[in-house]
Amino acid sequence: MTADNQLTRRQRDDLRVVAGMIISASDEYKVPGADDAAIQADIQATLGRDSKLVVAALEHLARLAGGPLAELDAGRRDAVAQEFRKHGGVAAATLVRVVLQCYYRDDRVLRSLGLEPRAPFPKGHVLPDGDWSLLDPVKARAGTLRRAT
Amino acid sequence: MKDPVDVLIIGAGASGAAVAWSLAETKMHILCLEQGGWMNPAEYPSTGRDWEAKFYGEWSSSPNVRGRPEDYPINDDNSPIKVVNYNAVGGSTVMYTAHWPRLHPSDFKVKTLDGVADDWPIDYDALTPFFEENDRMMGTSGLSGDPLSPLTHPPMPQQPLGLSGAIIGKAMNKLGWHWWPSDTTVATMDYEGRARCINLGHCTPACAQGAKSSTDITYWPHAIRAGVELRTHCRVREITTDENGMASGVVYYDKDGVEQFQPAHVVIIACNGVGTPRLLLNSASGRFPNGLANSSGLVGKNLMFHPYAQIYGFVKEPTDSNRAPPTCLWSKEFYDTDLSRGFVRGYGIQFGRGAGPVFEAVASEQKGILPWGADHHRVFRKLNGHRLAVSAICEDLPEEHNRVTLDPVLKDGHGIPAPKIDYTISENSRKMMEHGLARGREVLETAGATDICINNPIPWGGWHLLGTARMGTDPERSVVNEWGRSHDVKNLFIVDGSIFVTSGGVNPTSTIQALALYIADQMKQRLANLFD
Repeated sequence: MTADNQLTRRQRDDLRVVAGMIISASDEYKVPGADDAAIQADIQATLGRDSKLVVAALEHLARLAGGPLAELDAGRRDAVAQEFRKHGGVAAATLVRVVLQCYYRDDRVLRSLGLEPRAPFPKGHVLPDGDWSLLDPVKARAGTLRRAT
Repeated sequence: MKDPVDVLIIGAGASGAAVAWSLAETKMHILCLEQGGWMNPAEYPSTGRDWEAKFYGEWSSSPNVRGRPEDYPINDDNSPIKVVNYNAVGGSTVMYTAHWPRLHPSDFKVKTLDGVADDWPIDYDALTPFFEENDRMMGTSGLSGDPLSPLTHPPMPQQPLGLSGAIIGKAMNKLGWHWWPSDTTVATMDYEGRARCINLGHCTPACAQGAKSSTDITYWPHAIRAGVELRTHCRVREITTDENGMASGVVYYDKDGVEQFQPAHVVIIACNGVGTPRLLLNSASGRFPNGLANSSGLVGKNLMFHPYAQIYGFVKEPTDSNRAPPTCLWSKEFYDTDLSRGFVRGYGIQFGRGAGPVFEAVASEQKGILPWGADHHRVFRKLNGHRLAVSAICEDLPEEHNRVTLDPVLKDGHGIPAPKIDYTISENSRKMMEHGLARGREVLETAGATDICINNPIPWGGWHLLGTARMGTDPERSVVNEWGRSHDVKNLFIVDGSIFVTSGGVNPTSTIQALALYIADQMKQRLANLFD
């Protein structure tokens, strides 16, 4: 991290590459990958308290790759990613979680899932009351509360 | 020096609020000191687009993760179950699921019925009027008439069954097992100035609508109108005693971090099953070298958590996901002792409606069922909005080696020693949890669920902090008497979950508050000879 709380260029590049490996773009579902510029900007802008662990994860990734992840061929990149996912510990889990939490609040992604891109409040949601006759067998079976004496 | 108050309450959460409100009618000078502040619902997670992400940081249920100035750290490294709580006016009722069962009458007679642990010094009937009063004050919703639960009279109708509830209900009917809509403290209609639930769904980390009952919006406005003084951002370091061994007041740090002494004629502790023993142990003195109110040596011991065994899976039909309060139904099918199951006592079951997209993605990726790469989108669409969860909330029996002590190194922001947890899950609980998982699997498979996953225990599941200053009639085997007064210090009372003798197999807040109201009532009846 530099003094202005930004990732270094190499860290940003590696974050983008690994994010794209976690979630790639899909024409079928009409969604961007997690390496999308807007999603990457969201991740970097909201790292906050996760910065330290994410940087640690990126450093670990760089060590595994022996250099910038982006410069590896696809096969080697996959091997590094698998090792990172399997043995990366809390730092790797934090990086993955940060990617997922930003990806799954992106408007385009939420719309693709059939969800409204909004906060729960103030609109809330409508819940069907349901068929309470389902409870009839329970009422019919009854039963008794265990006595205390 | 400050003027003494008649009654000083430490903690403004579930029990502190209830006892303050109840005692207010005495017109005594009542002061409550709370280490947190008032909450601002406009800042609650569900008001923002990052509502799910906040749960992993500033709105985590773990004080160690949140790390707000109002929180104190807890060393729970030596426990498979981590402590979760919230520190503010309203305490952990700000951050709970609002699931609202009561302990059963049989839970108060565990020794008599099953030959384990100890009976409580009071019975369910003693608490009945206070359960009722508390339900009115908190505002409960539910369906009266559950044949396997104590009779309740919720003032509001139950939550909708929803999609998830219907799937679970059908599966439970196929199995022939008991289920019932949960009593909850979620307002299903406008109630006492609070707006009804609009299914924000993200209920646990505080309700922006105000439909979920937390004591900052239920008891406290009434208590303050009745004259109770509530001082926020005041963290109590220790309870002081005089030459007669009576509590004389407390030393606390005010909102500016300045040390203050507040004298009091009566001190009531309402700091939960971890905060209360911490405070008593931190109040050791020459006269009370092992901690205050600790002649029994039981302060901090017998910690009970309720180990949660959770199993979940994914059905083909859509579930309610995050679009409703998270818990909707309970089952008491396996609540009572049946020794043929291989363990004593039992567990309640609570059913979860589902999860939001971020939670689903993170949890499923961690479990290894959501892949990276090309297949991610297809699998995620199969999982998201299709989750059903079954959680067995297992009765934890008291064991002295499960305990809260003071950490020799860790301290809070005021330099006060932090609590340390040593806890293991007992063999009996392990068997109970395995049984719960097996039954949960049956429910899920009957519902057609696949991709079944387990959390055993739920690691961040230490919501219920019980037993560390137990009540009883024998001063050698308990910390407080049958109406909450310390055996050792005649003007010191405890009203929170630490006085539980056993834990039952249900969420305890309803019973904690009923106990607090019961103790307040006992105090009012004995005002003329309270210290005899």
